[in-house]
Amino acid sequence: MSVAGLVASGTGDALARARQAIATVADPEIPVLQLVDLGIIRSVELDTAGTLHVGVSPTYSGCPATSVISADIEAALRAAGFSSVNVHDVLSPPWTSDWISDEGRRKLHAYGIAPPPKAVASVRGLLAAESKPACPLCGSTDTELLSEFGSTPCKALHRCRSCLEPFDRFKCI
Amino acid sequence: MSAAAAPAPAAPSATTRVEYLLRLADTSLVLAQRLGEWVGHAPAIEEDLGLANTALDLLGQSRMLLSYAGTLEGAGRDEDALAFLRSEHEFRNATLAEQPNGDFGDTVVRQFLIDAYQLEVFERLAASSDTRLAEIAAKSVKETRYHLRYSSSWLIRLGDGTPESHARVQASLDRLWPYTRELCDPDELDRAMADAGIGADLHAVRESWLKRVDGTLAEATLRRPADGPYRWYGKQGRHSEHLGHLLAVMQHLPRSNPGAQW
Repeated sequence: MSVAGLVASGTGDALARARQAIATVADPEIPVLQLVDLGIIRSVELDTAGTLHVGVSPTYSGCPATSVISADIEAALRAAGFSSVNVHDVLSPPWTSDWISDEGRRKLHAYGIAPPPKAVASVRGLLAAESKPACPLCGSTDTELLSEFGSTPCKALHRCRSCLEPFDRFKCI
Repeated sequence: MSAAAAPAPAAPSATTRVEYLLRLADTSLVLAQRLGEWVGHAPAIEEDLGLANTALDLLGQSRMLLSYAGTLEGAGRDEDALAFLRSEHEFRNATLAEQPNGDFGDTVVRQFLIDAYQLEVFERLAASSDTRLAEIAAKSVKETRYHLRYSSSWLIRLGDGTPESHARVQASLDRLWPYTRELCDPDELDRAMADAGIGADLHAVRESWLKRVDGTLAEATLRRPADGPYRWYGKQGRHSEHLGHLLAVMQHLPRSNPGAQW
């Protein structure tokens, strides 16, 4: 993206404050997960006019949470003292579940959602994506896919054959 | 005309480019609306979720494409104006997308044929010289691949299922197949956009689309119907009788309450 007149120096403090504020924003549909864990925050920049530009990648084109996410980022930044905020979409390169951080994967697992395998963007990763996820509740790998689509656009529904509990898995894209 | 001597094709006008974007956007939009009709009516909760999630992705794709078309057009129309305030003859979706849901088999066949087509188209558009279109296509490819996996698996289950499911889904295919004619049949506009390096080459699309369709039909023990005469060209605004009814429902609220805000 190109924002005219980006300032590289003298704004370090402001940018650090902005990043800190953004780091507190949780995903509206998976509230244990911060947006930064999800890997959808792509850029934070301050222009010479003092407007803060935040680039966000949508996980899915039609994800209804997208507008809530923008509003939440804006609110957090206003609360941190930024009066002029611009949140924009960054489509390219498209988001992949590979960008979910290790911390994010840990939080998903603890919340009962099986995290996607890493490197699904590669061929080997795609094969791994076809493999059975471990049950986030009991750890068994004897699991089955119930539905390719789940409760939100980013999840699929699985069931553990050991503890019989259904569980969500992050879709691999 | 020899290719070497031919002058470089003139860049397509903004009108041509907008028209092309509407073909892509409207196919996704109209199909999303159809899939939305299944919510609360699908055979099982998993299918309800699957069809609704696919509809959401398609709606998201069409919103990005419509917004971009509105910007290119420069007439002050945004995604909502384009979706809700155009009439039937101004829609440019493939006629197949507007065909009624019918039974679950009809919906699966329609979805499979369009998913496979969109995958081929979006994969090519991801390399379009129009960077915004390329970005939208690259995002859509991932989602479309997921949709195709779902519709293919159902086509195989129904085709290679019981004698009853096989006969019914074959009948769906026979009924819907004629509408595929326009998908890969390039008109002047398709050719101009492909020549300019913006649009997808529909001859190449047809070749790989047919290959994929034949592969899945074979696995589903279904027979590809012969091509026959065909009269509708939704992408040129010549629709079947079904689109008007769909738009009446889709556009009712903003048409009867102009300027209504959510």
